[in-house]
Amino acid sequence: MKALRKFMDKIKPHFHEGGKLAKLESVYDGMETFLFTPNTTSRSGVHIHDSNDMKRTMITVVVALLPCLLFAMYNIGYQHFAAIGVNDATFWQMFLFGLLAMLPVIVVSYVVGLGIEFIGAQIHHKEIQEGFLVTGILIPLIVPINTPLWMTAVATAFAVIFAKEIFGGTGMNIFNVALITRAFLFFAYPSKMSGDMAFVKTDSALGYGSGTVVDGFSGATPLGEVATNVGDTLNLSTSTLDAFIGLIPGSPGETSMIAILIGAAILLFTGIASWRVMLSVFAGGLAMGALAHAFPCSAYPASMLDPVAQLCFGGFAFAAVFMATDPVTGARTKTGQYIYGFLIGVFAILIRVYNGGYPEGAMLAVLLMNAFAPLIDYCVVQANINRRLKRAKTK
Amino acid sequence: MALIKLRRGFDLNLKGKITQDNVAEELGSNTYAVVPDDFYGIIPRMEKKEGDTVAAGEPLYHDKNDEKIKVTSPVAGKVKEVVRGNRRKIMAIVIEPDNSGNVKTFDTKENPKALLLESGLWAMIRQRPYDIVPSTDVRPRDIFITAFDSAPLAPSLSLVMGENIKYLKKGVEVLSTMTDGKVYLGCPKDESLDDTGAEINTFVGPHPAGNAGVQAANIKPVNKGEVIWTLDVVTAARIGRLLETGMVDYSTVVALTGSGVENPCYVKATMGCTIKSLLDNRIVNDDKAKRIISGNVLTGVKEDMEGYLHAPYRHLTVINEINKKDEFMGWASLSPKKYSIYRVFTSWLLGRHKEVDLDAKLNGGERAIVMSGEYDKMLPMDIYAEFLIKAIIAFDIDKMEQLGIYEVAPEDFALAEYADTSKLELQRIVREGLDKMRAEMC
Repeated sequence: MKALRKFMDKIKPHFHEGGKLAKLESVYDGMETFLFTPNTTSRSGVHIHDSNDMKRTMITVVVALLPCLLFAMYNIGYQHFAAIGVNDATFWQMFLFGLLAMLPVIVVSYVVGLGIEFIGAQIHHKEIQEGFLVTGILIPLIVPINTPLWMTAVATAFAVIFAKEIFGGTGMNIFNVALITRAFLFFAYPSKMSGDMAFVKTDSALGYGSGTVVDGFSGATPLGEVATNVGDTLNLSTSTLDAFIGLIPGSPGETSMIAILIGAAILLFTGIASWRVMLSVFAGGLAMGALAHAFPCSAYPASMLDPVAQLCFGGFAFAAVFMATDPVTGARTKTGQYIYGFLIGVFAILIRVYNGGYPEGAMLAVLLMNAFAPLIDYCVVQANINRRLKRAKTK
Repeated sequence: MALIKLRRGFDLNLKGKITQDNVAEELGSNTYAVVPDDFYGIIPRMEKKEGDTVAAGEPLYHDKNDEKIKVTSPVAGKVKEVVRGNRRKIMAIVIEPDNSGNVKTFDTKENPKALLLESGLWAMIRQRPYDIVPSTDVRPRDIFITAFDSAPLAPSLSLVMGENIKYLKKGVEVLSTMTDGKVYLGCPKDESLDDTGAEINTFVGPHPAGNAGVQAANIKPVNKGEVIWTLDVVTAARIGRLLETGMVDYSTVVALTGSGVENPCYVKATMGCTIKSLLDNRIVNDDKAKRIISGNVLTGVKEDMEGYLHAPYRHLTVINEINKKDEFMGWASLSPKKYSIYRVFTSWLLGRHKEVDLDAKLNGGERAIVMSGEYDKMLPMDIYAEFLIKAIIAFDIDKMEQLGIYEVAPEDFALAEYADTSKLELQRIVREGLDKMRAEMC
């Protein structure tokens, strides 16, 4: 470590104003604080500070996402080998395939997003903010695996610039950056984002695991099957238990309820995510699911799904745990968090059931409520203000 | 008498506590100083020049805007130096004691208010709104006295008060003539000060339960247009003593605490004495740079050996500047030595209330506010702290007023500043907000 420290100190002057590499000052600064906790001590105010900082907070969220990421890799391989009719693929073969399939997406997401963050930080002469650490891993988990890499790159660039940087960077954005990426893809390239062929990688990953798709293969997600269901009863090839375990087609990170729940446990235990939001999203989804299920209708096949299945299918749980709980774009008051979460749950199922154009509504529900979160907070804070005014009058 | 339970807040268990109640004898200091910044809200205009002799209790300066408010010398001697900083701001008035024992006596039959102003004890009271020395033309709605200091490593106030406790009743009596409301006394759970004439409330809960402002917010918050006074029980007893004996007691007991002090203990001292007279040969001798704080680790002032003891003249803390230099990838650390009140480090396995040795490191860079609810957890008041901070940063006067800026003081935000993931200087922000607000309103 001492050698590294010496090296960093040696190259430091080049990055300061007047140095040859002064244009990369933010990058150097980012690297230095990444490698060594800064030795700066407090100048004003309190003399001691908690060890927790933004880097630790963000890295904890990334850790919470790891179960989803690892399961996603395995599941991509599993779906792939099932699709090409290879029945004797081992666990490691499946995992390797998934790894090779996801790695380019992760690299593209981080390179594009962090690249823009670095440039933004340098323009404003600020420290690099850590927010993209989480966004960069969320994007590969919610973008369908067959999305061309250039599309992911364009969408990521769009989201980082127009949903975050123009608002002032991490902590200032109104909409969840990862979901803006997904929404951009969804509306700009709809043919690649839905249908049966989006969610299972049938061709090879970096030249590994090639084969031909077997006859009768369908890569439809459970919600895709639901949306195209005809008749008064649902004919699904997956059960709720399958969806709970997660070996089903879908966006990489969203399929396994088990992996998501492990992530949720980490977030709740460390106190980083708000349990109020998480709980009320599930409560809202359950309530709306039960309401829809009480009045089943063949014109809206998703209304025939039972409420628990509603929570396990699609991206609902992933959105509840990792998207709705984003503190920056969500409600910030305690009371507000209950309302915000509950409405996300309700709207997610509402869109899913009664809007034929969108088989899944979790993404849109979170984005919609992102827009309303400041209003919810405004009302809650206004109640506090009114209480204070009333107190002053009745003295 | 009511029992008020406060849930929000946190008791940091720092290393360097005092384990016995013995008070070491005073060693004496070769100079003493009054620091005008300790009496916030007063713009000093000198009454004494360099070279003048003063008696203990004689005014050194008064407020430029209200010459009735005076700050007095704690010792008899000669004004050695008026230390000035940028734009000739008075940083300190240094007095060389002459052991003449000259003490100014006051006529106890005089109007108590005039007596408080003349004796300098007035300047040791704070008013809300704005957290400043009270203005003389407003009668406070109520007066709130705190009987304990809940800050990390803080001394027991009854020990600092010592035998002056017998004057507390008189102090409360005098204070009650200055308000049309009540005089409230906030006591800790294990120590009740009955028979003082004040309305007693017992506070149970973690720091900042001992802040008089926090107590006021949970008894009867400040509304727009109202003024309250806050002070501690030591000052109240000093007021009582002045009214009984006609003399101001400038002696005090100072707690020397923190991991950087060899044997944490209590020492007798006189207000404004040098740090050196208190800490000489008492600092742990190792290779680590030490930070001397006059006060507690949350609200205290950084000083060095040549500096002076600041108001409220009862606490010194010494901690390491940096415990571990150039920590490699600290954000990924699995070490249980990295203490946090959040469960994001493995130190939670050892418990959040384990005794820890914290240094002065920032442990991160300043960021925009990301995590929600962090400040609220540390502030037991009916206030949306984060929204108030944002209103102050944006300097939105209406919003600041609506969100309750009149009820707060910087010290109430100290714990939130410790716990803040974004490492914002909350106390500085609140102080600036209060100053701007005051400039707008007056």
